[in-house]
Amino acid sequence: MSTSPYVRKLLPLLVMVVFAGYMLAPLWWLLIAASKSRADLTSTNPLWFADFNLADNLGDLFAFQDGLFLRWILNSVLYAGVGALGATVIAAMAGYALAKFEFPGREVVFNVVLGGVLLPATTLALPLFLLLSQAGMADTLWAVLLPSLVSPFGVYLSRVYAASSVPDELLEAARVDGHGELRVFFRVAAPLMAPGLVTVFLFQFVQIWNNFFLPLIMLRDESLFPVTLGLFAWNSQATQQAPELRTLVIVGAAVSVVPLIIAFLSLQRFWRSGLTTGGLK
Amino acid sequence: MEMAEVVRPSTAPRPGRSADGGADRKTRRAPRRGGRRAPGAVAVLLLPFVVLFLLFYLVPIGYAIHQSFFKVRREGTFGRPETVFGGFEQYVRVFENEAFRESVGRVLLFGVVQVPVMLGLALLFALLLDSGLLPLKRFFRLAYFAPYAVPGVIAAIIWGFLYSPSLSPFSWVTERVPFMSGSLVLWSLANVTTWMFTGYNMLIIYAALKAVPQELYEAARLDGAGNIRIALSIKVPMVRPALVLTGVFSIIGTLQLFTEPQVFRSLTTAVTGSYTPNLVVYSTSVIPNFNLAAAFSVVLALATFALSFTFLRIAQRGSSL
Repeated sequence: MSTSPYVRKLLPLLVMVVFAGYMLAPLWWLLIAASKSRADLTSTNPLWFADFNLADNLGDLFAFQDGLFLRWILNSVLYAGVGALGATVIAAMAGYALAKFEFPGREVVFNVVLGGVLLPATTLALPLFLLLSQAGMADTLWAVLLPSLVSPFGVYLSRVYAASSVPDELLEAARVDGHGELRVFFRVAAPLMAPGLVTVFLFQFVQIWNNFFLPLIMLRDESLFPVTLGLFAWNSQATQQAPELRTLVIVGAAVSVVPLIIAFLSLQRFWRSGLTTGGLK
Repeated sequence: MEMAEVVRPSTAPRPGRSADGGADRKTRRAPRRGGRRAPGAVAVLLLPFVVLFLLFYLVPIGYAIHQSFFKVRREGTFGRPETVFGGFEQYVRVFENEAFRESVGRVLLFGVVQVPVMLGLALLFALLLDSGLLPLKRFFRLAYFAPYAVPGVIAAIIWGFLYSPSLSPFSWVTERVPFMSGSLVLWSLANVTTWMFTGYNMLIIYAALKAVPQELYEAARLDGAGNIRIALSIKVPMVRPALVLTGVFSIIGTLQLFTEPQVFRSLTTAVTGSYTPNLVVYSTSVIPNFNLAAAFSVVLALATFALSFTFLRIAQRGSSL
């Protein structure tokens, strides 16, 4: 390559800057649009602020239908928070058992779990719906919460973390001190696995927060919707019969995205450890 | 900023990798793993996961397979429906269903174009981040990763607005290019997926690049290799496992395409209820024809498995050459 040093230095930067625009422009537009009144939305520059109307828009959003939107946000927090927490504890126990104990069928269990990683969750949603309807649980919060407690990928990651970060000698020492196996796990192994477990939690949290197919199939009762399904319902109505919902959709989308992005970016350290481990397979 | 976590790639078990720096690793052998036998403890630790996995993974799969072998028969148009064994009848209907075949063809076309474009971009960005030629590396990492935090529903809603002729900030483009028309909407969807996942895949590849021992580059540089040469002949082969992994997950994601087209359905008539295989499953279950929907699901899951494994096999065969 016989290009001038300037080109060689500037070209990579140029490429990255252009694509940074591509990545950020939609989010920028969303924030701007969320701050505009309905009239300004179509009549002013879409990429810059007009009259700053964010407070009114937020007021409208949270007042609409007796605060239905807040309910959706809380549902999402409940599904994703409790689901991911439970899934992490359960996956950590299983991964630790698979890494640190010898028992018949260990490899079979692990391979079935790996198969579960490859199995598309959407395949499960429909039969789950049929089974849970027969149990009378289809249109309840359990229908979304209980399946979220299972994370095969979490078990896989936990096994890797347990194998690499929990020394056998430490476990032996705790056992010699007379601690039971469960106590050894919770007091000795789990703290050592903690950074990895944060990663498991994050992956599962995002998975549940973003899940759309399962709640779409399971839930009829609007008050049980997670925020993704709620915004989907509003958006469908906005385009078909209720254009006044459009501002609510935009503001609602911004409200539900901003905390996620902040949480994501501030916890990026943990993502990288998960991505590295995942990439090793 | 750099990784200070407990888990680092160099300490994790790394099967089938003895050629690179193996001597160094052999000297400090990892402690023997999993020696302890304690059936009681294993049972307690594994039980919650195994029970839930059974209930919410294996039983539903078994139930879907079971359902797919039955059919509903009515006596006359208004007769009482009764469920009877149908053998492979539903599967015959799956393969005779033209809308389903078209939907599979559509996502395959989508995948053949979108997955290489997305992974190619992700690889390029990861290599640029790793090249040492860039300022603002941290900013770029964060900016590119940000769209991954956006749920699919919301990403599709945002792009739906951006594509619309009236609301879009790029209306001079959207007034001329019909992004939501039948011929273009597939690529408009591909753009949404690319926007969401390029940064995520970039980070996976970048993390793999960070794990490559620096000595390899020094040796190549001494031999007179330039940046581009080093990228192509050392870095790309070294991150092959990461590329394979992202490839497999992208293929799975493509075949499962549902959320974004489902959102687009309310924006354009070009996206029908049978636009992707999962939309076919959903529409069939809404009818409701659960037996046929179950058969669709089973075929789709098998196709996903088959395609992922084929891709893994091809990728692995390539690497042993």
